[in-house]
Amino acid sequence: MDAALLINAIAELIGDAGHVATGALSPIPMAASMLARRRSGGKMRVTVLGSRRNSRFTGGAKELFDSAAQGRIDVFFLSGAQIDGEANINLLSIGDYEKPKVRFSGSFGSPYLYMLVPRVILFRPEHDRRALVPKVDFISAPGWSEPEVYRPGGPAALVTGKCLFDWRKDERRFALRSAHPGEDAASIRAATGFDYAEPATVPTTPVPDAALREEIRDLVRSEVAEVYPRFAEEFAV
Amino acid sequence: MTESLQELVARIPDGAMLVVPPDYSGVAIAATRALVERGVRDLHVVASPSSGIQSDLLIAAGCVRTMEAAAVTLGEFGVAPAFNAAVRAGSIRMLDSTCPALHAALNAAEKGLPFIPLRGLIGSDVLRHRPDWKTIQNPFSDTPDPIVLLPAIRPDIALFHAAAADREGNVWVGRRLELSVMAHAARQTLVTVERVLDTCFFDREELVPGVLPSLYVTAIAVAERGAWPLGIDEEYEPDAEAQARYARGALFMETV
Repeated sequence: MDAALLINAIAELIGDAGHVATGALSPIPMAASMLARRRSGGKMRVTVLGSRRNSRFTGGAKELFDSAAQGRIDVFFLSGAQIDGEANINLLSIGDYEKPKVRFSGSFGSPYLYMLVPRVILFRPEHDRRALVPKVDFISAPGWSEPEVYRPGGPAALVTGKCLFDWRKDERRFALRSAHPGEDAASIRAATGFDYAEPATVPTTPVPDAALREEIRDLVRSEVAEVYPRFAEEFAV
Repeated sequence: MTESLQELVARIPDGAMLVVPPDYSGVAIAATRALVERGVRDLHVVASPSSGIQSDLLIAAGCVRTMEAAAVTLGEFGVAPAFNAAVRAGSIRMLDSTCPALHAALNAAEKGLPFIPLRGLIGSDVLRHRPDWKTIQNPFSDTPDPIVLLPAIRPDIALFHAAAADREGNVWVGRRLELSVMAHAARQTLVTVERVLDTCFFDREELVPGVLPSLYVTAIAVAERGAWPLGIDEEYEPDAEAQARYARGALFMETV
């Protein structure tokens, strides 16, 4: 897995958002947010859960959620042990809820933030049919809601170790946006357990050059290591 | 003014509802070990909103009947092994929640309210598995607008670790206001601190926003490095090596 490529790709998806926040277990989204902030000339506000350097909240742990409900956070990141073709995510368990085969840590803030933050970028580095499934075993957070449900937020894109997908809200499905080097339409189709739209020719995800890789390494050392020491250590080698 | 760790944890009866903070916020690990040694049983542990090594230790030692959390995880170091095994075996009752619901339900208790509404949640299986949460029509809306109501969480005891207390028993929590929320919501609050300072935090205006007043504090014990192997702001960093050792399955209570 080319972590620098993913960090660069996510930074481009973040674009020129005003306020980006990252949650638990999110070293690559955090690095991408740091890169996007640098590209904004420092204008972009980034809030990293668990960080002292990169949090300007004073209201305690609830402030992230309160500010999200008010529309003060533009971009957030979520993942899933399973993600399905309707963008439902499962962070909780595999198998029966009462007697799970595999149990994960829990749904964190996903049942709330997925519905309230306008652009949620899904990130799942492992791209295979166990992760990208026809139907999740447990809906930690739904990909879409009935029209009467208050929902200003939702998925914007899905980033994996093989490709980028856009989310098409009107069609309620993903669309392949680009394939990472070494992948093509057929290899991605073979590794994906749900159906999605696909362009006639599939572009290649941009590959960072040496200078950009050095810049990303520097950001991981100087910023990400505070919250994710293990990730930073492994990234350095 | 302070008491021993053993006296502090003796205030936590079997069956208590105990609220604890997330790993980055000031976790009373030394007190948790004392609690395990005391052999407490049937705790209902509420993570505010997630928990790691602390809850895993309590579960491993058979102290927990009910775990209520948005997540139980060792973070970068992997799954919480005892928690994971207990859920799969069905040996603890798991109340799966979500971070904002825990914050909101504690906030309701702070206000003395029986319940509080919260956005989001609708369509999530977390809601489906919580029969104690209710969805109603927003009574102030003329158009369909379902919204979820959560019962207040009023813990028996809040337990956390902080850098310092002053001579009046006020506790410095700094930016970790989630600790104050826990204390406001709980009937009793037990705090371990690195040290007690012969000063009054209220004499220094710039400190006041980060102070939990003694009004909310039941008892304090001094426990140097009381959050280890987790860290505490401006005191010491988390000990990555010790956490990795725990995650690999080395039994914490025996190896340290």
